[in-house]
Amino acid sequence: MSGTPGADRQGFLALELDGDGSHPAAWRKARHAPDELLNGSRIRSTVLAAESAGFHVATFADGPVGAGSDVVGRVNALQRAAFAGPVTGSIVLVPEVDTVYTEPFHISTQLASLDYVSGGRAGWLVAASGSAEEAAAVGRSFVEGNALAQEAAASVEVSRRLWDSWEDDAVIGDVATGRYLDVDKLHYVDFETPADFVGAGYSVKGPSIIPRPLQGQLPVVAQASLLPSSVDAVLVSTPTTSLLIEELAEVRARRTVVGGGPAVVAELDVVLDSRGQSASTRLAELEAHTPWASSRARFVGTAAELVDFLADVLAVADGVRLHPAVLDVELEELAQLVLPELRRRGALKPVAQGGTFRELLGLGRPTSRYASPAAAVVGTGN
Amino acid sequence: MTQHNRAKFRPSGKIQFGIFFQGVNSGTIWKAPESGSQTDFESFRRIAQTAERGLFAAFFLGEGLRLREHLGRPHALDVAGRPDAQTMLAALASVTSNIGLVATQNTTYNDPADLAHRLASLDVLSGGRAAWNVVTTDNAWTGANFRRGGYLDHADRYLHAEAFVETAKGIWDSWEDGAVSSSVSADSWAVPSHARSVHHSGQHYSVDVTPRLPRSAQYRPVLFQAGDSPEGRDFAARQADVIFSAHPKFDDAVEFRADIVSRSLAAGRAANDVQIMPASEFILAASDEEAREKKEWVRSLQIGPQQAVAYLEQFWGRELSAYDPDGPLPEIDPVVEETCETRGSGFHGAKARQLAEQWRAEAKEKGLSIRQFVSSRTARVDSTFTGSYAAVADTLAEYARVGAVDGFNISPWLIPTGLDDIVNHLVPELQERGVYPTEYVGSTLRENLGLATPVRAERNFRLTRSH
Ligand SMILES: Cc1cc2nc3c(=O)[nH]c(=O)nc-3n(C[C@H](O)[C@H](O)[C@H](O)COP(=O)(O)O)c2cc1C
Repeated sequence: MSGTPGADRQGFLALELDGDGSHPAAWRKARHAPDELLNGSRIRSTVLAAESAGFHVATFADGPVGAGSDVVGRVNALQRAAFAGPVTGSIVLVPEVDTVYTEPFHISTQLASLDYVSGGRAGWLVAASGSAEEAAAVGRSFVEGNALAQEAAASVEVSRRLWDSWEDDAVIGDVATGRYLDVDKLHYVDFETPADFVGAGYSVKGPSIIPRPLQGQLPVVAQASLLPSSVDAVLVSTPTTSLLIEELAEVRARRTVVGGGPAVVAELDVVLDSRGQSASTRLAELEAHTPWASSRARFVGTAAELVDFLADVLAVADGVRLHPAVLDVELEELAQLVLPELRRRGALKPVAQGGTFRELLGLGRPTSRYASPAAAVVGTGN
Repeated sequence: MTQHNRAKFRPSGKIQFGIFFQGVNSGTIWKAPESGSQTDFESFRRIAQTAERGLFAAFFLGEGLRLREHLGRPHALDVAGRPDAQTMLAALASVTSNIGLVATQNTTYNDPADLAHRLASLDVLSGGRAAWNVVTTDNAWTGANFRRGGYLDHADRYLHAEAFVETAKGIWDSWEDGAVSSSVSADSWAVPSHARSVHHSGQHYSVDVTPRLPRSAQYRPVLFQAGDSPEGRDFAARQADVIFSAHPKFDDAVEFRADIVSRSLAAGRAANDVQIMPASEFILAASDEEAREKKEWVRSLQIGPQQAVAYLEQFWGRELSAYDPDGPLPEIDPVVEETCETRGSGFHGAKARQLAEQWRAEAKEKGLSIRQFVSSRTARVDSTFTGSYAAVADTLAEYARVGAVDGFNISPWLIPTGLDDIVNHLVPELQERGVYPTEYVGSTLRENLGLATPVRAERNFRLTRSH
């Protein structure tokens, strides 16, 4: 990431759009009945509200809901993002996709497709499910600990290779020779899991079934602890707001030593004063129903206080992802009071109509790893 | 309804259309100057919206999970590269409102809980317009892209598919109707014990899942099936709502219908329970003669000289580029390889030498060049309706009258404008003849196809199956 910490830095804001909000009891304060949550019009209205508020990125959580949560239904995240693609114009769409119990080949194709339907505004929030429930659903043995990071790394590596497996100019449509494809620009990826792989090893042949995504490579986002390398943005989480800025600076320093390094994104739960009710009263009401067990720092206060806090955070982070307690409520306050003030202070990057996620992160469009003559010889193989 | 009535097939007297956006093969011509991108979203949006303007029942996407190969390398000549079906359909769901969204997805390289959830997601997102075209995938090489690897033989593929579909139906049936509260002041988000968990334990996979979605506006995704063997037909007769068939020619279609009716009855379903929509292609113009000329033009772009040679190469198993497409068939023998399962479609192992001899003799006798011979071979399975708008409308009205089919699944040979003349000229002619809808009956695919709401099946719950 470019720039050094300072007041002139501009960052981006991401908003997590799952369900009715991040608080498990959020549905009780939503401005609609429970049976109006899981449908297309709800996704359309929330993502459009986030876009018009000026958020740069929307993220979509996935995985089973159930234990400890009031809302027990969820639409597949990648499809929610795809549904939002054609109806939005600037917001980046980042679904969470699990790497342990899903097929890498499917993930890679689905994410490349998301990039096509969103005009290059797609990213991948890498998850590694440590849930026994998900293991049972697909009938696989449960993995945990170090194995999760290995699964995630392998899956990301397969996807990245498959995205590169069609060079940018593989489709030639040459009428004279009758060739639609230049086969020399398609590559077998021949991925194999490493010898020390803890889970069941596998291989993926390639090439992809879809041409290279519009961005070449989709930005990969992950928790700082999950993927030590091969990410474009790391999510940094601390238990309290007071620890957040310090931790962000540390992660940043650590990462930039290794040349450039990924974008650093702060994770923050948010509860705001709204319509004459204080944030703490609102939170207490929600907590009386179901406690909010979150591992993220939590901001509880007024919009003006949040503006100050975010300005400080954005001075050390490249972006912040907000997890609103109640989407309908917090989004309204954020749109009216928080984002306009941060923009006025010059803390936010401009929102680019039709811009790509890579552009938002300050990343160029990479050439395919197979494009160099040396790599192409290895890649085409049989 | 009495048993007698259920057993008697009644033609609906209607034709419905689906569009099959292929994304691969020689069917879609890319050589014409007016052909557009095969992958840009705008191509999909435009053709889906045109189809919706023409009141098409469904928009289909096929699936192939490994790039087609030719002589051991990706196939260079034809259109290739297609997006993931469900991701593309989810995007189309937000820019269409009535057309059904059919995803072809195979049962060998997916996990049932994952696929069923994604299909339910598409169904819920689209307001009840999703369908699953169940395919079993007929080759070995696809496995190389998946953790499972390997290959299932033909008989096993359908046993596997059926267990898969049963599990998926169990997942879609698991939430109680009205499980989610409809009041803003409800005490709980969903009624307690709203959902039953689904278990399956079999040879190829095991599933233990608590499903994550309520039923959609159409209850659950509509099931299509594409596969033609006796096992495939029986599977469809037991499980499917619609067959995407390979039998568009009139006599063949009538015969196929009779076969499916008897298989449906044998499976304990009613004669009209399974609809049929064959794959087809339309080449239309103002006059019959113009349409015939257009067909020549379309064919010359679909099967050019290189495609003709490549067609033979599939069977010869070797490069034949030295041969003149306008000359005789090659005198050299095909490469015979017993492990034909690992090769692309069309190759038939040990039979290759015999086939080559037959073809050479046939071409010699009729005096056909490579191009002419290949063109005659591919015409045998020709599923094209060619003619003036009025003449083709008359033909389709006859299909409707006897109930030979319920509709056609049309592959346009041009993207994205390939449906324009069908929608602008053929559809009005069919409407005049009273055999085509004049409006969408409802907002769900099930309603628009005239399918009954499924009955919740109890058999899938807390049940451990052996296969
Ligand atoms: C009209 C039609 C369309 C098909 N489309 C696909 C497809 O898009 N993807 C796929 O993997 N298989 C497709 N298939 C192949 C079938 O799923 C099946 O694997 C094949 O027909 C072999 O089964 P069978 O012996 O029962 O015919 C299609 C088959 C038919 C008849």
